[in-house]
Amino acid sequence: MVIETTWLGWIVALPALGVLFNVFVGRRATGAVELVGPGLVGAAFALAVWAALRRPEGGALHDHVYTWIVAGPFRAEAGLRLDALAMVMTLVVTGVGFLIHIYSVGYMHGDQGFARYFAYLNLFTTAMLILVLADNLVLLFVGWEGVGLCSYLLIGFWYEKPENAAAGKKAFLVNRVGDAGFLLGLFLIVATLGNHGIWTLDVAALEQHRDLLREVAPWVCLLLFVGATGKSAQLPLYVWLPDAMAGPTPVSALIHAATMVTAGVYMIARLHFLYALAPAALAVVAVVGALTALFAAAVATAQMDIKKVLAYSTVSQLGYMFLGLGVGATGAAVFHLVTHAFFKALLFLGAGSVIHGLGGEQDMERMGGLGTRMRITFVTMAAGTLAIAGVPPFSGFFSKDEILWNACAGAFPVLGVIGLLVAFLTAFYTGRLFCMTFFGECRASEDVQHHLHESPAVMTLPLVVLAVLACAGGFLDVPGLLGGEGHEAHAPLAFMLLATALAAGGLGLAWALYVKWPGLPSLVAWRLGAFYRLVRDKFRVDELYDAAVVRPVFALAEVSATRIDPQLIDGAVNGAGRVVSATSGAWRRYQTGNVQHYALSFLAGALALLGYWVTR
Amino acid sequence: MTPPLAWYLGLSAVLFAIGVLGVLIRRNVIVIFMAIELMLNAVNLSFVALARSLGSMDGQVIVFFVMTVAAAEAAVGLAIILSMFRNRETTNADELATLKW
Repeated sequence: MVIETTWLGWIVALPALGVLFNVFVGRRATGAVELVGPGLVGAAFALAVWAALRRPEGGALHDHVYTWIVAGPFRAEAGLRLDALAMVMTLVVTGVGFLIHIYSVGYMHGDQGFARYFAYLNLFTTAMLILVLADNLVLLFVGWEGVGLCSYLLIGFWYEKPENAAAGKKAFLVNRVGDAGFLLGLFLIVATLGNHGIWTLDVAALEQHRDLLREVAPWVCLLLFVGATGKSAQLPLYVWLPDAMAGPTPVSALIHAATMVTAGVYMIARLHFLYALAPAALAVVAVVGALTALFAAAVATAQMDIKKVLAYSTVSQLGYMFLGLGVGATGAAVFHLVTHAFFKALLFLGAGSVIHGLGGEQDMERMGGLGTRMRITFVTMAAGTLAIAGVPPFSGFFSKDEILWNACAGAFPVLGVIGLLVAFLTAFYTGRLFCMTFFGECRASEDVQHHLHESPAVMTLPLVVLAVLACAGGFLDVPGLLGGEGHEAHAPLAFMLLATALAAGGLGLAWALYVKWPGLPSLVAWRLGAFYRLVRDKFRVDELYDAAVVRPVFALAEVSATRIDPQLIDGAVNGAGRVVSATSGAWRRYQTGNVQHYALSFLAGALALLGYWVTR
Repeated sequence: MTPPLAWYLGLSAVLFAIGVLGVLIRRNVIVIFMAIELMLNAVNLSFVALARSLGSMDGQVIVFFVMTVAAAEAAVGLAIILSMFRNRETTNADELATLKW
């Protein structure tokens, strides 16, 4: 059952109004930005809650805003649709986004670009809401590109530093590669359905006519998945996400938890009926997800930058979600998306609080012993750590377990085994992060220690709320809400015990290595030698891409600029000019200026005509 | 007894050829100008001869037109030659060849 409304659009419009305010008024009224920026997102959250309550059981709310594109037979509406999946996403985006907005007020206090920052942040929320609420894939693509643009703007927020600007550019370009695949997928759908006289990309219509797409479904799904690997940072297009740490820390939290990276997961969950037609494409999704999870978790174990650890952790957790999608556990994947939004936002904001307290320090080598100095951050981070490690009854345990059990019970149990290994690594690297930051001796300089302080309430309050959500989020019945798509089984007790043991083992190992015997890690690293360096250098994927893609492209551009353009293109143009000039140079010799020469050619012409008439 | 038409036409052709040669060979623009007049009058002669032989007045009417045009042309042409001579102090066609390229 679908109920038409006229007010659903306001969920999107409220943050959009915030953008306008921050752009046009914000610079002159910083005090108002503090209220308007987070306030409008909070209002959007309240409206989303209201919409969630008004949504009919098993149905959806719909708002047809206006007819957007009419091109021949093709039509695309600007229509919003709030069904169960969109409802979950909207609540996460506005809810977690709202907390991050509040936190940002404290974190960005006194920054030159305060209003600009909130304009971008609101725009980010707007774009993400368009993405999750869109009732057709064209409008979804608008949001899809919108979050890409905002990530570029926010990652390069402190653009005075060239490396920040470069990181923003990298995110934009890598996403472009994925978006090309996404667009091709859309074209393929339009072309196929158009052959049958159906000219729309409305999701409900696609679901209704999915039999017509049966033949092209594998290709469509793979192309759309290319887009998802870009947005959701999967192999091989994940490289932009770790660099995205160049932005302000709350932005990292927003990108990693509530918006942007969840777009790919959401899109595949939204189109699960299409993926169900293409088991091969689903297998690809599962394999890529599992490999990404393993790869990124391994890299995260050897990073020293606190934000880098969390970045690779996000990549790894997104791999879990794709693994869940790939084995048909859509509900579990979205469940993990939600819990991940809670604990990853918490971890990022907690890390931001630590960085803030240490005056901008991000290197974990120069942290430690902060547990007693930053009480609230310590406790809330502990909740986040336990949640991501998957210790019951924290939220990560439930969602992760469901994915892992579905993977083990699915067609490729080996993927489940990889998932379990990743669970161990996850517990280890988060434990490592936590121990290096909060336990042991403080390794910061005297000066930094002197200024060390707990963050203000505007920052710790969101931490506390998120910590509660990270603890209790596991009891939300998200898979049940989504109506049990696929055939999801609940894990047996033995499996839960195994996962718990792995989590505890990982955390224990981290505690042993980084608290009990702090000399041991460097010894292990020395023992592992080249392999350790390979992991620490992130398997040198960036260098590989640099050599395989960036340099050849630059070399090609260089050849074009110094050879092809001046010699081939210019040569052709100049050559044409020279030929004309040479021909005319030859012909102008006949223009002597002497009247008698002209008269002679006149005579010759007259005689020729005469001859012609006579001999004809 | 009047001479046959062919004689008139032959004389006309000879006069015309002399005029053409004069235009092409002589260097003095005034002489070239005179050669042009010669060509015009050669044509006039053939017109009159043909008019007479065909018993039609059309040819003679054309001759009047030609003479009128020739008079106008002589006036314009001599004026041009005069102003050329004032500017360049020459009437040699080879030296009056600046209108080129």
